[in-house]
Amino acid sequence: MSIDLKTIKHISKLSRISVDENKAEKLAGDLNSIFEFIEKLNELNTGNVEPLTSVAETTLKLRSDKVKSKNLREQIIKNSPQENEDYFVVPKVIE
Amino acid sequence: MSHITKQSLSELIKNIKDKKLSSTEVTKAFVERSEKSKELNAYVTEDFSAAIDKAKRFDQKPNLDLKLPGIPMAVKDLFCTKNIKTTAGSKILNNFIPTYESTVTQNIWNEGAILLGKLNCDEFAMGSSNETSFFGNVQNPIDKDLVPGGSSGGSSSAVAAQLTPITIGTDTGGSIRQPASFTGIVGLKPTYGSCSRYGIVAFASSLDQAGPMAQNVKDCALLHEVISSYDEKDSTSIDFKRNNYSKELTNNIKGKKIGIPKEYRVDGMPKEIEDLWKKGIDYVKDCGAEIIDISLPHTNYALPTYYIVAPAEASSNLARYDGVKYGFRADGENLIDMYEKTRSEGFGAEVQRRIMIGTYVLSSGYYDAYYLKAQKVRKLIKNDFDEAYKKVDAILTPSTPSSAFKIGEKTNDPVSMYLNDIFTVPVNLAGLPGISIPAGHDAKGYPLGLQIIGKAFDEQNLLNIAYAMEEKINFKNKITDWWIK
Amino acid sequence: MSKDKSEYLINRKDNQYEVVIGLEVHAQVTSESKLFSTSSTKFGAEPNTQVSLVDAALPGMLPVINEYCVKQAIKTGIGLKAKINKRSVFDRKNYFYADLPQGYQISQFKDPIVGEGKVILDMPDGQKEVGIERLHLEQDAGKSIHDLDPKNTLVDLNRSGVALMEIVSKPDLRSPDEVNAYVKKLRSIMRYLGTCDGNMQEGSLRADVNVSVRKKGTKEFGTRCEIKNVNSIKFMQMAIEYEANRQVDLLEEGQSIDQETRLFDTKKNETRSMRSKEDAHDYRYFPDPDLLPLEISDDFIEKLKLEIPELPDEKKKRFIEKFKVSPYEATILVSDNETSNYFENVIKKSDVKLATNWIIGELFAALNEKNLEITESPISAGNLSKLINLIKDGTISGKIAKTVFEHMMEGDKDPKKIVEEKGLKQESDPKALEALIDKVIDDNREKATEYKSGKVKLFGFFVGQVMKVSGGKANPQLVNEILKKKL
Repeated sequence: MSIDLKTIKHISKLSRISVDENKAEKLAGDLNSIFEFIEKLNELNTGNVEPLTSVAETTLKLRSDKVKSKNLREQIIKNSPQENEDYFVVPKVIE
Repeated sequence: MSHITKQSLSELIKNIKDKKLSSTEVTKAFVERSEKSKELNAYVTEDFSAAIDKAKRFDQKPNLDLKLPGIPMAVKDLFCTKNIKTTAGSKILNNFIPTYESTVTQNIWNEGAILLGKLNCDEFAMGSSNETSFFGNVQNPIDKDLVPGGSSGGSSSAVAAQLTPITIGTDTGGSIRQPASFTGIVGLKPTYGSCSRYGIVAFASSLDQAGPMAQNVKDCALLHEVISSYDEKDSTSIDFKRNNYSKELTNNIKGKKIGIPKEYRVDGMPKEIEDLWKKGIDYVKDCGAEIIDISLPHTNYALPTYYIVAPAEASSNLARYDGVKYGFRADGENLIDMYEKTRSEGFGAEVQRRIMIGTYVLSSGYYDAYYLKAQKVRKLIKNDFDEAYKKVDAILTPSTPSSAFKIGEKTNDPVSMYLNDIFTVPVNLAGLPGISIPAGHDAKGYPLGLQIIGKAFDEQNLLNIAYAMEEKINFKNKITDWWIK
Repeated sequence: MSKDKSEYLINRKDNQYEVVIGLEVHAQVTSESKLFSTSSTKFGAEPNTQVSLVDAALPGMLPVINEYCVKQAIKTGIGLKAKINKRSVFDRKNYFYADLPQGYQISQFKDPIVGEGKVILDMPDGQKEVGIERLHLEQDAGKSIHDLDPKNTLVDLNRSGVALMEIVSKPDLRSPDEVNAYVKKLRSIMRYLGTCDGNMQEGSLRADVNVSVRKKGTKEFGTRCEIKNVNSIKFMQMAIEYEANRQVDLLEEGQSIDQETRLFDTKKNETRSMRSKEDAHDYRYFPDPDLLPLEISDDFIEKLKLEIPELPDEKKKRFIEKFKVSPYEATILVSDNETSNYFENVIKKSDVKLATNWIIGELFAALNEKNLEITESPISAGNLSKLINLIKDGTISGKIAKTVFEHMMEGDKDPKKIVEEKGLKQESDPKALEALIDKVIDDNREKATEYKSGKVKLFGFFVGQVMKVSGGKANPQLVNEILKKKL
């Protein structure tokens, strides 16, 4: 299997990372060599194997429904790139 | 008394407790040496004057009952530290100042330690040589232009060069053990769920684990004792009885069964690694432990599995770096344009590569063939260990397939870089504890490490074996201070 | 468009089309804090004041699940007669948007907490069962505000992370009326359970509406379009009507329908395509590695079953059997818990038939006029019960009762006091009535003679006169009896 430039464009779009022609060529090369190495997994028959998501052999702990987090607006907005006292600000969304 | 920065953590604590040294003296000594060691590029952020102030305050009212009384230490820049810039080695977080503290670092400060600064690392911990950091390469104190390993390269360099008595790193596929091995120090990756992940910049959530790095096993045990805790803020934190690892440390490992997995004899492994391993087996036997040959049949599939699972999780974990809430933002004509430019300019090449891999293996039509397949193989890898641990108490392997390599040597070949983690990655996939201890030198005098892999939550046993071996190995790191003019 | 019996069909030339509708209802869980963080869920707060470090997706922040939300999802599942999955998994749904701080939404994809269930609708021509495909827990997103700033979009994350239950129906609905009944029933069940307040104005209940059409009689489903985020039943109905006709028009022109996401423009009353195909989403769902599988014990479920109140269907059955109200009346009385409670309080001490009529008739009309909920009714159940007893025992007539009722609506006064104060008591003393009637007959001699000569229709005239003279207070039954004798 081979990852072509069209696939690179597609995944760059999904991952919201812009990719120009040069970068796409380089990425395709790298990804192909990485996937060649990943394909090794196809040697294994895993038909009846249960997939392992987490090694933590415990179940999800539940917390009680209490409001603990106070108003952190100032703290949270402080690090945002475009200043505004109340909101996060982003360039206009075009639908 | 030897020079302050040459003292181990245990010695420093003893001297502070015996009032032979003050925290201020100790802190100043490490600050001074750090100041003289800029060429190593181990620090991303220095917090030296604040550290000295804190040390002075400690000395005014010293609480000597604490486990790390007035001990200065620098930490990997992947741990969020309150009001101190935290970058994860990335441009995208270059200006990020957390308003909160990670649980692991909080545990450390609660025991009296003092932050010296934040240590360089591969960008988002993705790398095996510290070369992916936005803040530049880190030098290995062993030799000029030698990589210190990665991703905790700043950490390994700083401990080996004695810029900090101890440190903490994070290990997703070997990021504590491999740099420890490359720099001749001890590094422990604890059992998944031992140390809270709260406040640690995430790389791959199901694999990430914080752990101690130190000059010797005892220091490592003490630091592990401090950082390991159950944390309600991390849903994958596990509530189990934790030992006083340093107090319960013993070199008596008589009768312990140590497994030697035949699959770790990989093609093209240098003879010196093979010899080191044999030496390790002899040391273990000398300690009275029993050697048992075992098989971990899916070892060869660990790396491909890892390079699906880790990038998949990373592609999602790193989606939050979008220029909206914090960190770097590039100008864009509209929201999508802003996203694409921010992430293209804000992330380095390796991070972008892994995000792409991860996005691809999760994408429609490929999920089953890659991600699901990898999860199934991950199960087989874990089963291998479960089987082995029916027969043995721990497993001994080399830490890495080679000693440290030169800066730039592998940057153009991602796969050869990935192969560095061949012995460490299975441990993360199975969620087990693993420790790397320095065990010898190669022909160039570069350190080589041995890895001991334990049963889940059996860090005490693991540390005991390492402690017993350390005594037999009697390793001396060959560091010439070449970077100090 | 024709309404052949109650069937909803769209007619074109020779073809008749059936509309197939499935709903994904998003119901906000009535929790104090969010699904995976400890910030408040209160409605109407200042922007970004209810945003925790977790909600803003700061580096290293991790989700921890709210037990209450898990319980509410299970209770709702029980209310939908659904299978509760003892093991469920939280997945990440990955996409970029300004109001999605993590770059993914935590949801449940493959293994939801609740499996298949059903909802019974009471339609005019009988009951209809609508299948529930699943119910899962997920996080709400924040809010993007596009109209406050000409150049930028502003983001408020207060809603980010609020717990939602997504309830997915099977494509069993066939008309806007059924959608109306379905959403109302779902809302009613959740309000009975206390799991969602159902407040559509505050966005606590929204739906994505899946619409497709097919020629009547065909089995295969047509290509569906999903109309996103419709926040009132009326808009859902309007959107379905528009969308179904749009699809039929396309098919009639020989065109095919693109499977796509559309939005309903409430001003223009039309649906519009939201995304081009090129931008089709690939959400890359995978199990959230920050969370472990959610495992629920039988014991946990059994304890929750004990907390389940009598639900509308069971209550309706009981009302019909025990109180002999009609199915129609019962449906109205059980539509929400407050109404049924009110009804049951009224009938504790008064006649069921009268109580039913007064609640469904006078009370609902009056509340409606004042735009009040039953819980805000100026007339308490106790006082309505007293009023009904005053009618029943003949103290006042039904007509006078209406006057008393009007006074009661101004403030919760005891009807007995109103009757006394206003002198509205019914005249039931036969002697007094005889005197009254004698006078009326005397004053209308001619008409009395006509009546006696066979013009029986005039009886009504005499009753009216007596009532008029008595100021409406004469007991109508006695008046009838005495008049008959006297005439």
